[in-house]
Amino acid sequence: MKLFESELKVINIGLESFRQGLNDTGVKNVQVQFKPPLSQEAGLFARASKYSARIQKANAKALERILAAKPALVGMGIALDVIPGMKKNLILHAGPPVKWADMCGPMRGGIMAALMYEGLAKDPLEAEKLAASGKIKYEPCHEHSAVGPMAGIISASMPVFIVKNEAHGNYAYATQNEGLGKVLRYGAYSPEVIERLRWMEKVLYPTLKDAIEFLGKIDLKSMVAQALHMGDEVHNRNRAGTSLFYRAIAPAVINTSRDPGTAAKVLEFINGNDHFFLNLSMALSKASLDAARDVKDSSVVVVMARNGTEFGVQLAGTGGRWFTGPAPVPDALYFPGYTKADANPDIGDSAITETNSLGGFAIAAAPAIVQFVGGTAADAVSYTLAMYEITAGENNIYKIPYLNFRGTPTGIDVIKVAKSGILPFIDTGVAHKKAGIGQVGAGVLSAPPEPFVKAFEHFARNMK
Amino acid sequence: MIKTLIKKDAYFDSVMLMQAASVLRSMPGIGESTVIMATRENKGIIKSSGLLTPEIQAAGDNDLAIAVSAETIAAAEAAFAAAEALLDKKPAADPSGDRKAAGLDDAVKTLEGANLAVISVAGRFAGGLAAECLEKDLNVLLFSDNVSVETEVALKKQAQKKGLLVMGPDCGTAIINGAPIAFANSVRRGSVGVVGASGTGLQEVTTLISNAGAGISQAIGTGGRDVKLEVGALTFIQALRMLAEDPGTGVILLVSKPPHPSILKKITAEIKKIRKPVVAVFLGGEIKEKIKDNFYPAKTLEEAAFKAACLAKGQAVGKAKEIIYDINLMAAESARKESAKKKKSRFLRGLFSGGTFVSEAQVILPELVGEVRSNAPLDKRLKLKNSLQLSGHAVIDLGEDEFTVGRPHPMIDFSLRNKLIVAEASKPEVSVLLLDLVLGYGANLHPLEDIMPAIVEAFILNKELSIVASVTGTETDPQARFKVVKALEAAGVLVMPSNAGACRLAGEIVMLADKKR
Repeated sequence: MKLFESELKVINIGLESFRQGLNDTGVKNVQVQFKPPLSQEAGLFARASKYSARIQKANAKALERILAAKPALVGMGIALDVIPGMKKNLILHAGPPVKWADMCGPMRGGIMAALMYEGLAKDPLEAEKLAASGKIKYEPCHEHSAVGPMAGIISASMPVFIVKNEAHGNYAYATQNEGLGKVLRYGAYSPEVIERLRWMEKVLYPTLKDAIEFLGKIDLKSMVAQALHMGDEVHNRNRAGTSLFYRAIAPAVINTSRDPGTAAKVLEFINGNDHFFLNLSMALSKASLDAARDVKDSSVVVVMARNGTEFGVQLAGTGGRWFTGPAPVPDALYFPGYTKADANPDIGDSAITETNSLGGFAIAAAPAIVQFVGGTAADAVSYTLAMYEITAGENNIYKIPYLNFRGTPTGIDVIKVAKSGILPFIDTGVAHKKAGIGQVGAGVLSAPPEPFVKAFEHFARNMK
Repeated sequence: MIKTLIKKDAYFDSVMLMQAASVLRSMPGIGESTVIMATRENKGIIKSSGLLTPEIQAAGDNDLAIAVSAETIAAAEAAFAAAEALLDKKPAADPSGDRKAAGLDDAVKTLEGANLAVISVAGRFAGGLAAECLEKDLNVLLFSDNVSVETEVALKKQAQKKGLLVMGPDCGTAIINGAPIAFANSVRRGSVGVVGASGTGLQEVTTLISNAGAGISQAIGTGGRDVKLEVGALTFIQALRMLAEDPGTGVILLVSKPPHPSILKKITAEIKKIRKPVVAVFLGGEIKEKIKDNFYPAKTLEEAAFKAACLAKGQAVGKAKEIIYDINLMAAESARKESAKKKKSRFLRGLFSGGTFVSEAQVILPELVGEVRSNAPLDKRLKLKNSLQLSGHAVIDLGEDEFTVGRPHPMIDFSLRNKLIVAEASKPEVSVLLLDLVLGYGANLHPLEDIMPAIVEAFILNKELSIVASVTGTETDPQARFKVVKALEAAGVLVMPSNAGACRLAGEIVMLADKKR
């Protein structure tokens, strides 16, 4: 191990020009992309390192619970009946808590659509008035064991999937994915949107419910593991996941449905929507991560979620407290006719997939979507590799073929985020900032620093 | 008008920022400019340049502040656009799939068996990073300065517990297993192992040894503060022991400014234990004590380098004196020719980019010309009151902090010295300009392009002027020493093989001119 008797191999941190002398003399070297720490409070880093043994133990426990999760689709139900704390005048939304006055366009539009769907308002004007009246309450999905993509709106009569974490006994809920185009989750509230929601309630839901009951349950975890091997990261690309789900559900749909016409329509709907699996991958992630809640002294992130105004984070060791900061606008590939100026700030609970080591964290498994990263497959690999710097461990089930089946980076550690300056990488859809227009692009972004700085500082300050 | 642009949560290394700032300064309609992270310390710098605006005042440590004093809004906007373009410039993708590591963990996994970390990030981050590297069993070269002495001692103690080496902070030069690290030259491999508390000193001795036909086994930089009382030569002594044990090292050469007396005692005690021959130069504090039989003190870097080279080649140490004598003959010849120029002026001005050369100049010049003032004087009484107002014979170190705040080191960025070359040449009292040109990795890759205009202008402004320069480097350096020497000589510069030689020549020209008067 003596320096003079070993082959010199250099890690260069800082000035890249120093590599020239090494390259010219054939010395193996690697450049580190240095970022300064997010928090300027050196004392808090010292504090975190003083309690490091305890924190690491707690994080190992939180990670163990995430890894041990066995999320399975066990049934369906109506939100009011199954989601804990659900009420008729309550609307659940994506991200951290937000008041009507502070909500972005797509979220407002989604709420208006929900109010009309619930029959509480007959037109958009009435819906907007009611929404602002104070008679309707708003709470985050995450505070009700639920998750929703984009605006993430769940109202009382919406059907939801029920996902059970069979290892821990907890449940998670998510709506059925509506498909692309004019849809509620992007804030659309035109009659066709409401009509589709009704069809989903009257036809899609009972059919799927019967089919799931017929099957007993569907193991979602192994489905995601397979999807990763088929080019999905199950956030922005769900084509493989949807196909796998389709293969599992189709025979049961045919076995249980009232008539072949209905079965065909339901299966066509799933087949026609590459993102159908997204809501399931989100519910699976939520069910896995909720098991790691309330592990004392753990700095592992259990929620990353955005409401289109703010980006919020929750930690295993800090209970139900939200740490928030303004949500950034994603860098995206925009659909023809749209630009970044049309984009709404980042929105949706779907970052729960990244929190659960999928999505942007597993993007090395999904080379087909790297055009959204604006680059090469190598970029996607770099993004995933960077995430190992900020996670507590690696996944035992979700693996990336290209990285020699290395497990995906799992269990974001807020201390590592604050120290390394490396922010969680998220790939996501982009909503138009005006309600009702829908998706304008898809892209990638790094989570904003502020929520992580706040979470780290609060966590470290309260270690005793 | 002063215009500001703040970029939130953007981090760039300071060299890149300073290069951007210098590009902005050269744009039409732009007076002063700054491109800098908005830390508290940096706000002080911005304030002194008169560019501190409320926007910058409100910006945080991780925000980038770009400010210009511009004649028109259009000029300011053009400057901002240029700055963004410069900073957005992504390095061309390496077809070999060269991937940057996202962090230290990633780097250690990517480069299996990594054993040295070279750290050149801002000082406030460098200490913590170095500690993490040591935890991962990496030796550390800490190029960064502005690391506290407490941190330095803690790092060095942490390292020694694990049998690791910490070079620095403020360590500019090392050659490990034949590889040049940071500011270092392409030298032959051989049997001379060097320990140096000064970067330029290391560059000078390693190139002189290499050019003399011997070679370097290892060159270990310690950082200048290592030999001070507070640090107690922790790295210096560790390196000395490593070289004593290293089978590839036959001769040991020590280079430093004079250590603290109690530290010198520790070092000499260590030297006594070593069987290998040891050559030492402590500039401005020659060791008179007879430490052991094969111990060879030297007064200058040149003498030390040649003594070590002779020992390495199995020649008598006395041969070193002959080599120096030959260089002196060359100098005398040049001095005679030069004294043909009519000289009414009489003073010598040394404008150095290497701090150790300023010390060496002060060891050599007084015997020839008398009192020499400096901004980095060996004798405190000779300190220049104002580093930019030179009087009498004077030598200045442009690498001192007073000159490097907000701009790259003068070995990279010649602009300040070029200004001074022209300014000094235009003074009627100046007879000789003495310069150093340091080549090698890390240094300016286009030294001729950058310095030539100033030299040409200097000769036009002052017909009596002599310019003497040393060029520190080798033929295999990226700049190739002979090309630089040839071009300088063609322009009328007297080039010497060593800084000591250049100092003697410059001194003799002054002496001869004095005699003629």
